[in-house]
Amino acid sequence: MTLMDPQTIIARRIAQELRDGMLVNLGIGIPTLVSNFVPPRVRVYFQSENGLIGTGAPPADGMHHPMLTDAGGRPVSALPGACTFDSAMSFGLIRGGHLDMTVLGALQVDAAGRLANWMIPGKMVPGMGGAMDLVSGAKRVVVAMQHTAKGQSKIVRQCSLPLTSVRPVDLVVTELAVIGFPGGRATLLETAPGVTISQVQEATQAELALPESVPSMVL
Amino acid sequence: MKTILLEDAVALIPNGASVMIGGFMGVGTPPRLVDELVRQGKRDLTVIANDNALPGIGIGKLISAGAVKRTIASHIGLNPETQRKMLAGDLDVDLVPQGTLIERIRAGGFGLGGVLTPTGVGTVVEEGKQRIEVGGKPYLLETALRADFALVQAFLADYIGNLYYALTARNFNPVIAMAADTVIVEADNIVPVGVIAPDHIVTPAPVVDYIVSHA
Repeated sequence: MTLMDPQTIIARRIAQELRDGMLVNLGIGIPTLVSNFVPPRVRVYFQSENGLIGTGAPPADGMHHPMLTDAGGRPVSALPGACTFDSAMSFGLIRGGHLDMTVLGALQVDAAGRLANWMIPGKMVPGMGGAMDLVSGAKRVVVAMQHTAKGQSKIVRQCSLPLTSVRPVDLVVTELAVIGFPGGRATLLETAPGVTISQVQEATQAELALPESVPSMVL
Repeated sequence: MKTILLEDAVALIPNGASVMIGGFMGVGTPPRLVDELVRQGKRDLTVIANDNALPGIGIGKLISAGAVKRTIASHIGLNPETQRKMLAGDLDVDLVPQGTLIERIRAGGFGLGGVLTPTGVGTVVEEGKQRIEVGGKPYLLETALRADFALVQAFLADYIGNLYYALTARNFNPVIAMAADTVIVEADNIVPVGVIAPDHIVTPAPVVDYIVSHA
C-alpha cells in the first residue's frame, strides 16, 4: 500500500461513485478534488451552481477569463459542450431532480445520516449558500469529510448544529471508512486500507451497524 | 430606456432604498455602479444579492463603506467585514438558501406571490413560515421579493436596452432585471441594435430603464 493523505483517500474513493453521463455538483474543499480522479472511460458533467455545466480545470496562467469562475469565484475553464445559465436555471437543475450527485463537506452527520454543514451558532455564520437546495434536491448526496475534527468524531449520535436538511445523505466517505445509511441506520460499509473495524468504531461517536463483511476500500 | 451618466444614475437611488445587485462573488456585479454608490456616500441601503463577495470586491466595497443597513443573501462567509458588522449589530443579515432566494426574486418579477419549495423543511429556515403539503409532500411557502432598484451587469447592451450576458457573470442579473421598479444596467459593451440576434437576447429592452453611458 502506498501512503496517501486523508484528502486523497476520500477523493479517490468518492470518484469511484461516478458513472458515465452523470451531472455532478462538487462543493468547495475536498469535494473539488474528486474531479482529479474521474475513472477512465467515465465522462461526467460537473456543474458549478453559479451557472455552468461543463466546468473544467483552471486554465494555464494568464489565460483565465474574469467572467468564467466556479462557485468559489476561482477561475475555471469550460469543456467542449459546456453551457451557462442564470441562477434560477441552476437551482432548477438542482431541485428539479436533474442533478445525479452532489458531493459536499460536513461539520456533523448524525446516526440517521442527517447533515449539518452551514453554521456554528455564535461562532461561524457563513450562510447556507446552495447547500440546503443541493441536499434537498440531488438524487444522491455524498459527504466528503475527515472522520474527526480536533479529536472529536464528526459522525455523531445526534447533530448539535443546525441541520442543512432533514433528508438523509446517502454516503459518507472519510479517510477511515465508507458509511451508508440503509434503513436509516449508520452502517460501516468499507474501511480504509490498513484501518480496522474497531479503529473506525473508536473514532466514531454514533453506533455503527456491521454487515457480515466489511471490505477494505480498493483505491 | 434612456442612457444616463453614471453619476446621475446613482443619484436616483436615495439613502434607505432597497437594491438588488447582480453577481456571484463579484463576478457579474456592475463595478462602476458600486464604486459610485460608495463615492456618493449612500447609507442605509438594503442589498439583496447572492453574497457579499470579499472586502474590496463587488458588494464587499459597499459593506466596508458602511453603505448597507441590511443584506438579504445566501452566503456571507467569505466576507469577514460582514461577519464582524453582523456580530456587532451594525448590519442585519437575512440568510436565505440560494435556490430559494433566486426563486423569491423570480416570483417578484414574474407576478407571483411566492413559491413552494422543499428546501429548508424541518430546518431553522422553516421558522415563521407556512408549510403546505402538495401531493403528500411538504413544502415551504416562500414569498416574493422585489426591490426599488436593480443594478445589472451585462456583457452586451444594444442602444435600446436588449441584454446579453457572459458566461458565469449571468447568475442573478437577468432575474433581478425583472424584479425592481427601476432597472439600471452597466454594460461592458454597448452595441447597435441588431448586433445581438433576437434568439440570443436574454433580457428584453422594455424591462430596462437606464443604460449607464461609458465614461
